[in-house]
Amino acid sequence: MKQVSAFLILTMLVLLTGGSPVLAVEPDEILADPVLEARARAISTELRCVVCQNQSIDDSDADIARDMRLLVRERLVAGDNDEEVVNYLVARYGDFVLLRPPLQPNTLALWLAPPIMAVVIATLSVLFYQTYRRRRLAGTGPDPLSPADRAELDALVDRIASTSPPNPSGLPRSQFREEIKEGLTSQPEQDDDLPEDDGSGEADTSAGNADTQQRT
Amino acid sequence: MRRLIVILPVLLFAALLGVMAALLTDSERNNDPSRLPSPLVGKPAPAISLPPIADNIPGGFSSEDLKGEVTIVNVFASWCVPCLAEHPLITKLAADGVRVYGINHRDKAADAATWLRRHGNPYNAIGFDADARASLEWGVTGVPETFIIDPNGIIAYKHAGPITPDVLERKILPKLREVEGG
Repeated sequence: MKQVSAFLILTMLVLLTGGSPVLAVEPDEILADPVLEARARAISTELRCVVCQNQSIDDSDADIARDMRLLVRERLVAGDNDEEVVNYLVARYGDFVLLRPPLQPNTLALWLAPPIMAVVIATLSVLFYQTYRRRRLAGTGPDPLSPADRAELDALVDRIASTSPPNPSGLPRSQFREEIKEGLTSQPEQDDDLPEDDGSGEADTSAGNADTQQRT
Repeated sequence: MRRLIVILPVLLFAALLGVMAALLTDSERNNDPSRLPSPLVGKPAPAISLPPIADNIPGGFSSEDLKGEVTIVNVFASWCVPCLAEHPLITKLAADGVRVYGINHRDKAADAATWLRRHGNPYNAIGFDADARASLEWGVTGVPETFIIDPNGIIAYKHAGPITPDVLERKILPKLREVEGG
């Protein structure tokens, strides 16, 4: 059993890491000097295989990628520094050969578009959220009630406010009236904020109403 | 204002679709590999020196040999089908008196010789570039590619891909006339 699970874990590891490309660099290309070879590998990962669109010459098995790898090593052995090697290929294949586009006038849009878009989107998000919040708190959204319903509701609220005794929270009457109004028009989740006896829904309100009348 | 906020994203999306459709259906742009500009155009042809394919095939040339006359340099290979397709047009150009050189790209000498025997050899000289090292020097990405070199050895034009009658009429011949006139 242990062996089986060990085998499974190994298989999964192989599958997971197997996704990364097997080295395209052939043994006969590798330079004897490990320092130069490391530099060659580093440069190769930054250079595009020009016939494969989006693969570095270090990853590609294309003939031209191999030729370019050999050229990189040839230039390094000849004493070029890394920049000179890259420039050598850019002079022949253009900026296209660079996997990482350089920051220069014709690539400004490419480099600046993402941060600009991020700022624009962030600003708009904040503005929209603030407007939404303000409207919600102020209750200035479109009135869900028809004018007739609104009038009836106002009348009802006035009656409750004028007939009820000072409520448990000790709020002045005018403010209490606003609280009732809000409780009747706002979303259910805001109901918690309201005095208990004005709870939720018409049934409760009328019950409360009946209650207060009895007590009066 | 409110309406604008609702309509604007729709308009932007429609504009985006329009741009994409235009780019996708523009066959000129889509099928033309030479839309990637060669940085070598306008610069001296990089120094190369190539041997002949075989003793009985005229050839072997270096960048120096290109000077003095307008020259078309055609990169080809016996294994390359589009090269065979454009071969009659290269032959015609040579017959019309244009100096045409060939770079035999990543080929085997025997294969190249057989191919030239079978389809004709219009080239004034052919350089044998078996390891494609000279092609790399000239920024060649694939075969066929065709360069126009002016009398000073400057690369005046580069076409990637096969020369079709259309390409010949609209690009190669006008450029040749321009270089010869200038």
